[in-house]
Parts: sequence; C-alpha cells; structure tokens
Amino acid sequence: MSAEVELQNVSIAFGNFYAAKNVNVKIGAGEFFSFLGPSGCGKTTLLRAVSGFLEPSQGKVLIDGQDMSGIGPNKRPTSLIFQNLALFPLMSVADNIAFSLEVRGHDKKSRRKRADELLDLVALNGQGDKKVHELSGGQKQRVAIARALAVEPKVLLLDEPLSALDLKLRQKMRTELRAIQQRVGITFIYITHDQGEALTMSDRVGVMNDGELEQVGTCYDVYEAPCTPFVATFVGENNAFFGKVEKVESGKVKVQTGGSSFIGQAGLGLDNKNYKFKAGDEVIMFVRPEAISLKGNSKKAQNSFSAEVKTIEFEGNLKNIFLRSAEDVDIRFSVPSSSDTSGMEPSKNVSLSFSQDNAVVLPTGALALD
Amino acid sequence: MNSFYRKNGPVIATFFLVAIIFWLIFLIVIPQLYMLDLSFRPNLPPLLRGGPDDVYTLTHYKHFLYGSETSKDAYNYVDIGVFLDTIITAVLVTVINLCFCYPIAFYIAKLATPNTARLLVLALVIPFWINELLRSFAIRILFAGEGVINNILLELGLITTAVNFIALDIALYTGLTYAYILLMIFPLYNALESLDTNQLEAAKDLGSSTLRTHWRIVIPHAKAGIASGCTMVFMLTAGALATPVVLSSPNTYWFTQLIYQWFNMNDNWSRGSAYSIILLVVSVTFVLLMMRLFKVTIGEVVR
Ligand SMILES: Nc1ncnc2c1ncn2[C@@H]1O[C@H](COP(=O)(O)OP(=O)(O)OP(=O)(O)O)[C@@H](O)[C@H]1O
Ligand SMILES: [Mg+2]
Repeated sequence: MSAEVELQNVSIAFGNFYAAKNVNVKIGAGEFFSFLGPSGCGKTTLLRAVSGFLEPSQGKVLIDGQDMSGIGPNKRPTSLIFQNLALFPLMSVADNIAFSLEVRGHDKKSRRKRADELLDLVALNGQGDKKVHELSGGQKQRVAIARALAVEPKVLLLDEPLSALDLKLRQKMRTELRAIQQRVGITFIYITHDQGEALTMSDRVGVMNDGELEQVGTCYDVYEAPCTPFVATFVGENNAFFGKVEKVESGKVKVQTGGSSFIGQAGLGLDNKNYKFKAGDEVIMFVRPEAISLKGNSKKAQNSFSAEVKTIEFEGNLKNIFLRSAEDVDIRFSVPSSSDTSGMEPSKNVSLSFSQDNAVVLPTGALALD
Repeated sequence: MNSFYRKNGPVIATFFLVAIIFWLIFLIVIPQLYMLDLSFRPNLPPLLRGGPDDVYTLTHYKHFLYGSETSKDAYNYVDIGVFLDTIITAVLVTVINLCFCYPIAFYIAKLATPNTARLLVLALVIPFWINELLRSFAIRILFAGEGVINNILLELGLITTAVNFIALDIALYTGLTYAYILLMIFPLYNALESLDTNQLEAAKDLGSSTLRTHWRIVIPHAKAGIASGCTMVFMLTAGALATPVVLSSPNTYWFTQLIYQWFNMNDNWSRGSAYSIILLVVSVTFVLLMMRLFKVTIGEVVR
C-alpha cells in the first residue's frame, strides 16, 4: 500500500526565520521522489513536517488527500529514517527491527518471524542476533530501512541516509534502495544534497534552495531544462555566460556577452513555457561542459570563442579542462580520457564551440555556490 | 603512568600523585584502619590502653547482636531494629528520590530550552548554599504543628486539626529526600544528556508510547547514571546525621545517632567504631548486591 503526499503552501518558521517558504508539491503514490538541495536549505525541516514532528506554520500536509494537521508522527502512515539512523544501540538487530511490533503487543515469536523476513528483504539474513555496534555502516543502513519498513508505512521518508557511507558503498546502496522501493512498492521521499544520488534513484526530483522549492521535474528535466540559474548550476556542472539580450528571433535568443554574441534557446519557466525575453534583458546563458567541444570537431556547433587553457584535471573516465575565455569567463569542459589533448597545454589559446541547441538562456538569479 | 607524566609534565604529575596518595592514605585508609582496629578492642580508660587487658575482642559486635550482658532479651532488638529501620528507610528515600529526580533530570536534559535548563539548575543548586542544618530546620518549620503547611491546609479547610508531620516522620523523609537531591540529579542528567534525541523521535515514529520509550530506551541508556545516583544517595542517607537529628520524631532513631552517642555521650569509641564499621560493611554489601542484580559494573557507575 502506498500513499500520495501533497504539500500545500507549506511554510515553516523558526521565530522570524523561514526554513521552508510556500512549498507546493504533489508526490504520487508509489513514486520515488527526492528533495535535492544544499546543506541548510530546509530539507530536514520539510521532511519533519511530513512525518509529523513539526507542524507547518502555514499550509497543509495531505496524505492520501487527508489533512494531517494535529496528527502525531506515531499516527501517520509514514516512517522516517533519520540522518544518523538512530538505531537503538542496546537492543539486538532483530529487536530493533521488531520494535514497532513490540509496541503493538505482538508476541515474541511473531516478532522474530517478521524481523527475519525483513532481514531477508534487506539482504541481512541471519544477522538478527547481532548487536548494532557489530555491524558495518552499510549493514546498519539496511537495519534502519528494515526497522522503518516493519511498521508497514505507506510512505517511507529518508533523510540523507547514505551520507555517512563511503563512495563505493553509497553507489551500491543507491541501486539497492531503488530495488527495495520497487519490491515494496511504497512511496519513498528521499532527501539529499548529492545530485548524483537524486538523479540515479528518483522518478522525480524537487530542487530546493534557501527554503524554496525551485523546480520539480524528472531527473532528465531538471538536468536538461533547468528553470532557474540555481537549478542549472546545482544540478550537474554548468558554464555561465552573463550578458544582455541582443535580439529574440523565433525562439532563439542572441546574447551579447563580453565581446562576443552567442545564440541559445530560451529556457523553460516553472509554468513549462519558454521565457519571453526582449532586447536589453539581463540574462545568463548556460552551457554544459559536455556540450563544449574543440572547434571543428562538431558540425552542429554554431557558437564559437577562444579561451586560454588554465589546468587539466584527470578524473578517471574524463579529463576536465579549465580555461579562461577572452571575455574573462571561467570555462570548464570535459572530454573522454582517451581523447587527444596534445594541443592543450596550459596558457595555450584554443578555439571552442558549442551548439545553439545546447545553450539555455535564463533570467539572472543566484547561482549555486561550489 | 608514563603517558600520565608526559601529558601533565613532571611537576604537575608529581603533585597529583602525591596529593592523591596523601588523600587516600591519611584521610581515608589510616582513619578507617584505626577505627577497624579500635572496634576490636575493649573500651579502656587511657591508662590501661596497651596494657594486658588491651586484647582483641568481639565484644562490641556481640553487643550489637545480643545486647548488654545484663539484658534478658535474646537479641539486641533495639539496636538491630534501629539499624534495619535506617537501611529500609534509606532504600525508600533513595527510591522516592529517584522517582522525583528522574523526570526533572529528563526535562532539563532533553526537553527544556538551554535558558530554562540553566535557570532550573540554578534553582536546584542555590538552596544548597545554605548549610544542611539550617535547611533541616527550615523544613521543620514548614512541617511543624503550627507550621506553614498545616496553616495552609487548615486555611483551605482540607483538614480540621493540625497533622503531626514530625511524629509521622513525614518531615524526616522529606528532609532526607531533599538533602541529597543534587547527587541524584547530576548523574542522571549526565546520563540522559548523552542520549541521542533522534532515538526518542525514532521510538515515537515507530508508535511507542512515552512510557515504553522510557522503559525500553531511556532507562537502559541511563542505567549506569541511575545506579551511580542511587548508590550515592543511599550511602549518604544511611550515614546522614544532621537531618535525622533535627527532623526525626522523638521515638525514631537513625543508626548514626546511636554511633554518635557511643562516641560522644558514652565516650565509648570502640563501640562507636564497631557500629560504624557495621553500617559501612552492610551498606557497601547492599549496594554491590543491587548492582549485581541490575547488571551494572563498578566501572560504569564511576564513569
Ligand atoms: N529547531 C530549529 N530552530 C531554529 N532553526 C532551525 C531549527 N531547525 C532547523 N533550523 C534552521 O533551518 C534551516 C534548515 O535546516 P534543515 O535542518 O532543514 O537543513 P537541511 O537542508 O536538512 O540541511 P543538511 O543537509 O545540513 O541536513 C537551517 O538554517 C537551520 O539552521
Ligand atoms: Mg538535514
């Protein structure tokens, strides 16, 4: 059984400070939805409002259409996995998992049976008698999931549960979480500041900044068609060219930036319509590193410029090349490691280009800080 | 040892060592050994000490059990009665103290805002700047026949004649409970403080009632702190003197009052020593038994 979760104009204030500002989102039953945002943007706060540890200052939380105000965390069909897991260290693994059954007065035998089933589900068979501290980080993770699933929630809330794990394990757990979600078929609301995590696991992502939900969409949408400069720079890498609109012509926007003019597409606004620009508007043109290539390598490329190579960074499968354009814009682009970069020593000038289709023009706004 | 020296430097490390050893030997070990020795010797006038009559004897311990040779009773019912009374009352006071302090400590450690917590701690500590004797008298004034509490109850019409709180020993229990409240609250607070608040919320999220959360999560976590607080309160209550002297009813005796009498009024230091050794040994044994029962180790308690 899964449930639909809807936030209607949810604002949450601590004194005068708003940790969440007018958040509206509808999360479908059985969906894997992630809130993605930098540290301190209000993700945990929002999740606590869904789980019932916090009442919104304004607005409503609806679960399956039912208003949750005044209903405590123990009465909601949600189950929360805490940022630090909050396993009970003095209980065995099985007792941890079956705690919610103990609360409901199930006898020892049926508790143990259910705990073993859940241990199977999270691939921890036969570890029920261990103490929590005898488990590895990834195993604790799974116990926390099993414990949360034991209440048979309709919605599972996960607060950055993988942040304490190392990279390899994190990647493994992503796949596993996704698999578990598909097996149990309930709604997962996942919180993370790691865009890789959000993009690999989720059906849809909500990008948050400073208490506001800036964009909600599929992983593909938020990556390919960001609505705001923040989303454009927070999700994945992006090159930003600041400039002014020179003219607008049949959906294409010509932007004057520094000494050159580039042509790009007007981005999609929150209302899913292209931004309407007029000449003189202050804008930012975003170009993904993978969309930039050495001039002449791509036939489609119609914007070109020259830049000076600063450094080259080797990142396994990719080489990241950092440059500074003649207009003093920091540029970054990536090529597969195997490609020939012999002409690109630091302080050399190279000609680069990108296609009009890959340049997104958005109104000015705050960028995500690296 | 070496690391202790390296960490603190030779001067400070030596000072610590000397101070601790001095404290242990001169203030604890030697006086206690002296008392132990004394308790096995007859009570002799100074001139005869060290003479031929000064031999080891069990007479004082026998006196505690069987009474004086002239008494007709098989056992020393009076002293044993006072002793058992003291121990049982001390246990009771410890339990009341725990029940009273646990919610306060939990509130300060987990629920109160930092400012409220500071204020509460202050309110708990400041009364203890007043000395124990004065506090006991203050409680006596509260509970006296014409005292504040009786007056209020009479005024409100809840009672028609004054209640003799002193004779009922209610004043004594209150005084004893209050006397060592801080020694219960601080270890409890320390233990509860270190509990991850997320665990309380996790338990709640899983549907646990407040009571069950305390029983299954908070109390097991705070067990060592509880044991530590109870041990201290029990030991100090069983050994209290000022409060019972001021607050006990005329026909209630605290065991320490007997000890005091042997030392001071009857000038029988040997018997006084024997009685205090009995109190010490029984109290320590009782505490160790309790710790074993609740599966707490000494290491945890003193941590
Ligand atoms: N109880 C509180 N009282 C006052 N301010 C709070 C409280 N809880 C959170 N905040 C503030 O609300 C903002 C959002 O906090 P929140 O914990 O939701 O961030 P987050 O997005 O989960 O960050 P992180 O990724 O670091 O966990 C922060 O600025 C924080 O200081
Ligand atoms: Mg958080």
